[in-house]
Amino acid sequence: MHLELGIIKIKDVQFGKETVIENGILYVNKNELIALALQDDRLSEADVELARPGESVRIIPVKDVIEPRVKVNGAGEPFPGVIGKTQTAGAGRTNVLRGAALVTLGRIIGFQEGFIDMTGPGAQYTPFSQTNNVALILHPVAGLAPHAHEEAVRLAGLKAAVYLGKACRDVAPDELEVYELTPVTDATLPRVAYVHTLLSEGLLHDTYLYGIDAKKILPTLIHPNEVMDGAIVSGNCVSACDKHTTYHHLNNPVIKEFYRRHGKDLNFIGVIVTNLNVTLADKERSSDYASKLVKLIGAEGAIITEEGFGNPDTDLMMLCKKMEDYGIKTVMITDEYAGRDGGSQSLADAVPQADAVISVGNANEVINLPPMKRIIGDLKPAEVIAGGFVGSLTAGGGLNVEIQAIMGSTCQLGFGKLTAREY
Amino acid sequence: MAEKKYRVVHYLNQFYAGIGGEDKANMPPLIKEGVAGPGIPLQQALGEEGEIVATVICGDSYFAENIETAAEKVVEPVSSYKPDVFVAGPAFNAGRYGVACGASCSAVSKKLGIPAVTAMYKENPALDLYRKEIYIIPTADSVRGMKEAIPDMAGFIRKLGLGQEIGLPQEAGYFPHGIRVNQFVERTGAERAVAMLLSKLKGEPFQTEYPMPTFERIPPSPAIGDLRSSTIAMVTSGGIVPLGNPDRIEAASASKFAEYNIAGVDDLTSDAYQTCHGGYDPVYANDDPDRVLPLDAMRALEKDGTFGKLYDLYYVTVGNATSIANSQKFGKEIAEKLKAARVDAVILTST
Amino acid sequence: MVHVASIVPISLTVGANRIVPAVAIPHPLGNPELPEQEERELRLNLVKKALRALQVEVEKQTVFEE
Repeated sequence: MHLELGIIKIKDVQFGKETVIENGILYVNKNELIALALQDDRLSEADVELARPGESVRIIPVKDVIEPRVKVNGAGEPFPGVIGKTQTAGAGRTNVLRGAALVTLGRIIGFQEGFIDMTGPGAQYTPFSQTNNVALILHPVAGLAPHAHEEAVRLAGLKAAVYLGKACRDVAPDELEVYELTPVTDATLPRVAYVHTLLSEGLLHDTYLYGIDAKKILPTLIHPNEVMDGAIVSGNCVSACDKHTTYHHLNNPVIKEFYRRHGKDLNFIGVIVTNLNVTLADKERSSDYASKLVKLIGAEGAIITEEGFGNPDTDLMMLCKKMEDYGIKTVMITDEYAGRDGGSQSLADAVPQADAVISVGNANEVINLPPMKRIIGDLKPAEVIAGGFVGSLTAGGGLNVEIQAIMGSTCQLGFGKLTAREY
Repeated sequence: MAEKKYRVVHYLNQFYAGIGGEDKANMPPLIKEGVAGPGIPLQQALGEEGEIVATVICGDSYFAENIETAAEKVVEPVSSYKPDVFVAGPAFNAGRYGVACGASCSAVSKKLGIPAVTAMYKENPALDLYRKEIYIIPTADSVRGMKEAIPDMAGFIRKLGLGQEIGLPQEAGYFPHGIRVNQFVERTGAERAVAMLLSKLKGEPFQTEYPMPTFERIPPSPAIGDLRSSTIAMVTSGGIVPLGNPDRIEAASASKFAEYNIAGVDDLTSDAYQTCHGGYDPVYANDDPDRVLPLDAMRALEKDGTFGKLYDLYYVTVGNATSIANSQKFGKEIAEKLKAARVDAVILTST
Repeated sequence: MVHVASIVPISLTVGANRIVPAVAIPHPLGNPELPEQEERELRLNLVKKALRALQVEVEKQTVFEE
């Protein structure tokens, strides 16, 4: 599979008469985008606002973040099986608006998401303070059931991202990134695989693989290019800090790093996706199956990433133990919930084989954030989103919250540079 | 003579201060000017920069029998000397002395805001009691290790006295507090993961960023005697609360638990109860809260005499990112209430 | 005390001594796929199992599967 990502660098976003790219600026036709979103009659109202890096803006409550893309040639459409036709992704040329992001917001369903600060002390905790964001605010019709509401917002977000992506179909890319698992002739290079766990625990905690609810899959082999080309879509809305947004899926840093080193000091042989289900039997079955697949493809080492926390720690430990029992060396990436003072045990489960852990930080750390000049969305949910508490809203619109509430602050794909050390 | 840069007060027990052995172990705290016992070589090691201005001496038994009062009695005279650093011991493997050192350091540090350090052997029972709050430096298991302990302690006192940064435990030479602190580093988690995997595959040494935790083991409680006459209470971490979540238990990282009266209630229904737990799909629990807090089943079994009585109150919190420390606190408080109410057993449900 | 929970490994890790495996995370004592009467029976049986577990002397952590 040979995938080319045509990178179009976006340095600014503005409203305009048409949705086009000119000189690295993304112009958005607001009314057209709103009309597109409202094609789904489950949504009653939509609005669009823009946020740029460095602006004094807080976006809250955020559901998903998606990188705008368009298929230029090769089979398939973005987000196959969800909004695109079901064809294998991962080959041909896809153009990408790098430095831009489509952010979906809306009224809380259940326990809502997170927020993004475009400047100030909170900005360094999220990658989306660095992107030019097109915020799509969506409201459901009265009485809409939660499952339908989540789906409506998810699909609207993906469609909006593709709509924006289409603007760059004919734009010459600034850079071309090529992804191909070239055959490795050096037999001394270790064969490594990536075990990618997807949260699949029910409403607001779901992930879709080619449109299939990950709850229903058996662990399976997938080409890394498929992941990078939209085969996995997020339907997960809980604990902003460690949910994988669709943007994170498209830019999976473990896949990128394995690719960077492929043929040089390792042999990247493949990716196995598996789920994180809510019954013990499913956890045993999936971890058994995934570990066996890793063994079957002949991997000597594997990286395991987690999504979420709490009961998924059990899946992480099962995968680790079972692979190590097969003689496969593992490293896991996880965040921590060590309490606000950092003094509690960070994980819900543990096995002695888990001797190689990358920590992406303690999600319970409390941070004090100043008010922002402009709010996109609604500040009130700050007290009920995961990481917020009574009193989180401080005078004048400041926030006193756990970093748990910031989008991507402890992303367990290892996207960011936060870690925790023991003192 | 150069002016001393920092002032130190030193804590010793009656034995090291040269006052007496077990026969003097009951002496209450006193403070005297200058150094005593190991304070003499310690002062030498501090050289011209630091001065041990006073020494607090207390009997090990006195302290062990009145830890809080004794600690207060140490704090008082220490404050009058206005030291920059407080040091206690070294206690090596002596348990009572270790507790006295730890408690004094902790009290001085908390009440006077003065940095405090003590030193003891890794198996000293006082280590786990105080390591979180103060600096504790490792020593050998007995006074034979005094020669090494003194320069180690002096080096640490010097850093504290000069206001220098104390780095990571492995580098600075103290027992880790066990506190996780967030930091931004140069490489992303993914880059570090691949690097760690390659080291592990090559058999090269690497350091895990998070050593696996150990959890406390509690001895099992005895079985209940006669179920038919027992009072059973329900407790849940699944967040089942009256509609509207009147006590505002958080969807994650709960800072509290709540108590609700279910006397006369036979069934939890969606018009009166809900879940406030943000970590699982709430649809099923909201539809029928008995699926998480099985009130209807408990009432049925109470009515047919399977067990004696369902306690009128139930306890609830949210087990979603809620810290172990808070959970332990809630558990202790709930257990105390249930014990006082003479409840015989608990059914705890979790999601 | 008896812990009724689905993810038994976590219950074991954190130290519960009497454990009764439950159905699933979002509905430990229920199964929305069953008709109402069957679901209530399922719940009743789980609670009965929990009450039985309370009457058993245990020396170490014990999972009451049956």
